[in-house]
Amino acid sequence: MKKRYRALPAMAAAAALVLAGCAADAGSNGAGELTFDVPDVPTLDEKGDYEDAVDIIAWSGFVEPEWADAFTDETGCVVNRRVAGTSDEMVQLMRTGDYDLVSASGDASLRLIVGGDVAPINTELIPNFSDDIVEGMKGQLYDTINGKVYGIPIGRGANILQYNTEVVTEEPTSWDIVWEADSPYAGQITAYDAPIYIADAAVYLMYHEPELGIENPYALDEEQLAAAIELLQQQNDLVSEYWSDPVAQITSFAGGTTVAGTSWEILRKLAADDRLQGTLPVEGSTGWSDAWMISAESDAPNCAYEWMNYTSSAEVNGKIAMNFGMAPANGAFCELNDEAAAHCEEFNALNEEYFENVWYWTTPIEQCLDGRTDVTCTSFQEWTDAWVSVKG
Amino acid sequence: MTSTATKPVSTLLYRSRRLRLGSLLTLPLVWLVGLYIASLALLLATAFWRVDPFTSKVTPAFQFDAFEQLLSNQAYLSTSLRTLGIALTVTVVSAAFAIPLGIYMAKIASPWMRAFLAVAITLPLWAGYLVKILAMRVTFTEEGFFNSFFGVFGISGPGFSQTTVVLTLTYLWFPYMALPVYTAIRQIPVNLFDASADLGARGWTTIRTVVLPLLAPALIAGSVFTFSLSLGDYIAAELVGGRTQMIGSVIANNINLNPPVAAAFALVPIAFVVVYLLGTRRTGALERM
Repeated sequence: MKKRYRALPAMAAAAALVLAGCAADAGSNGAGELTFDVPDVPTLDEKGDYEDAVDIIAWSGFVEPEWADAFTDETGCVVNRRVAGTSDEMVQLMRTGDYDLVSASGDASLRLIVGGDVAPINTELIPNFSDDIVEGMKGQLYDTINGKVYGIPIGRGANILQYNTEVVTEEPTSWDIVWEADSPYAGQITAYDAPIYIADAAVYLMYHEPELGIENPYALDEEQLAAAIELLQQQNDLVSEYWSDPVAQITSFAGGTTVAGTSWEILRKLAADDRLQGTLPVEGSTGWSDAWMISAESDAPNCAYEWMNYTSSAEVNGKIAMNFGMAPANGAFCELNDEAAAHCEEFNALNEEYFENVWYWTTPIEQCLDGRTDVTCTSFQEWTDAWVSVKG
Repeated sequence: MTSTATKPVSTLLYRSRRLRLGSLLTLPLVWLVGLYIASLALLLATAFWRVDPFTSKVTPAFQFDAFEQLLSNQAYLSTSLRTLGIALTVTVVSAAFAIPLGIYMAKIASPWMRAFLAVAITLPLWAGYLVKILAMRVTFTEEGFFNSFFGVFGISGPGFSQTTVVLTLTYLWFPYMALPVYTAIRQIPVNLFDASADLGARGWTTIRTVVLPLLAPALIAGSVFTFSLSLGDYIAAELVGGRTQMIGSVIANNINLNPPVAAAFALVPIAFVVVYLLGTRRTGALERM
C-alpha cells in the first residue's frame, strides 16, 4: 500500500504542493472572515453519576462490541448504536433529540453547530483530548467555532477508488475511469447517492479543467456547479448503481454489478473479497474528518462525555481507526507498537502533506469557503436541487 | 321492564340515536382526523415553510419557493412522469397476469389445485417487504440467480434497471390484484358461460363481452392498490433500480436537506391518485365495488 503513494507521478506531487498552498491560504483567509451566528447552548460544567445508557449515531465501524463492551463494564453505560449511511441522515436523526452523541463529519457538524443541535464541549472533562491530537485535526473550522470546541476528533481519511482486480486488472491512477464517457467500465460504475458527491466531480474538474478556477470543491459558484453537474450527468450513463446504503454497495461489488467506484476502506474490508482493491488517484479525493459531538438535548451527558474520553485514548482511538481503515486522531497511537506504526504509515496518519490533497466534507454555504468575495457561492440547498437533475 | 334493568347499555343505545352513532364512529374518526388527516396536513403545510439554506432547518412561513423550485427544474417533471409510467405498467402487468390466472382458478382448476394456487398467491405476503426486495436484488445482481441460470441459454437479465423495478413492484403488489379478480370471477354464475356459448360466442368473445365487464370493479379495486403503492415506493428503486429515480427517491433525498421541497413534491403522487380515482368514479365502477 505504501508503494502506491510513492508511485504517484512527479506532476501529481507538484500539483499537491500547489493545492497545499491554496488550501493554506483559503484556511487562513476563510477562517478569519467566516463568522457564524451560533445559538447559545450551555456546556456541561462538571461530571456527575453515570446514566443507564448512551445513544450514539455513528458511521459503520465506529461503535463495535470490541471496545463498547469494555466501556459498559467500566461505567455501566449501555451503548446503543444507530448506524447512519449519510451525513444528511445523521443531521436529521440528531434533530429528533433521541440521541446523545454523533460521529459527525465536517458537512454535518457545521449544520449541527449553527442549528444549535449540539453543545460546546468542556474539554477539561476529557483528559484524553490532549496535545497528541494530530496537527491537521486540531481546531478545524468545522468543530471549533468562535473559540468554542464542539467536536472531539476521531479520525480522517479519503474516499477511495475501489476496483475489482478481476476486471480492472491494472491499478487505476486516475478517477477518469469513473467519469469519462469512454470508460472501459461503462455500465459497471458506482457513485455515492448524496448531493455532497458533487464535490467529487469538482475535485476531478479542479485537476483536469483548471480554467474553471475551482480552488475548493465546496466553494462553487454557479458556473462551476453547472460544470460539475454536467460531469455527473455524463457519469450517470456509466453508472450501474448509486449507493447510500453501505450494505448495498458491498453487495453491488460482490455480486459483480459494479467493478469500480467510490468507496470507504471499511467497506472494502467488510466485503472480505480478495478481488477488491482501493487506491487514491492522482487527482486527490474528497474525504472526511470526523468528530464526536454531543447533543444539546442529551439526557445522558455523563455517559456521553466518558465515551468521548474513552474513545480518545490512544488505544481505543487506534482500534476505531484500524477497524474503519482511517488515520487516527490521536497521534500517540502510532507509537504504541509495530502494528500501530504500520497502520499509521499506511493511512498517512502523521503525513499532513498527504491530507492537503484530500478535501474533507464541508457544508457548502453562500459565503465562498475559498475566500472569494466577488461572487456568491452555491449553498447546499442548491446542491440538493441540482442533484435531482443528475439522475434526471 | 326486567330486561331494561338487566341490559342498561343496550337500552341506552336503543333510546339514543346519537350515542349509537357516536359509539360506532368515535374510534375510526379519532384515527382518521386526528392521526391520518392531521399528520398529512402538517406535512403538506411544510411545503409553504421557509428553509434555512445553511442548517436546513425549517421555520413556519407562507411562501411558494418550494413549488417554484419544482417548476424551474426539468428533472422533477421527468421523475414524476417516469414514476407514473412505472406505476401504470405495474398495474397493467398485474392485471394481465391476474385475469387468466383467476379464470383458471375459478372455473377450471380442481379444488385441490385451487387451494394450492390461493396459498401460492398469498404466500409472498407472509414475508417482509424488505426481504422480498432483497430477494429480487440477489436474483438480478450480475452474478446472481437469473444470469447464472438463464446465462446457459444466452439470456442475460435486466440487471438493476427500471425493468427490474417494474418486475419487483409487480411481484410485491400482485396479490392485491389477483385476489379481488379471482373472487369476482368466482362469483360469475357458470350458466352465463353456458349462455354465451349457446349464443355462439367462442372463448375470447366470452371473456371480452361477459367476463371483463363483470370484472371491472374488481380490476379497479386491485389497480388502486397496485397503482398507489407503486407511486409511493422508493426502496425498490434504491435497491434494484440502479440509477432509476422515482418520486419517492427525490422525497427521501430532500426530507433531510429541504423538507419544503419534499412536502411539495409529495403532492404530486397525491394528485395522480386523486385524478385516477376521479377517472374510475366516472366509469361508475366505484359504486359497484
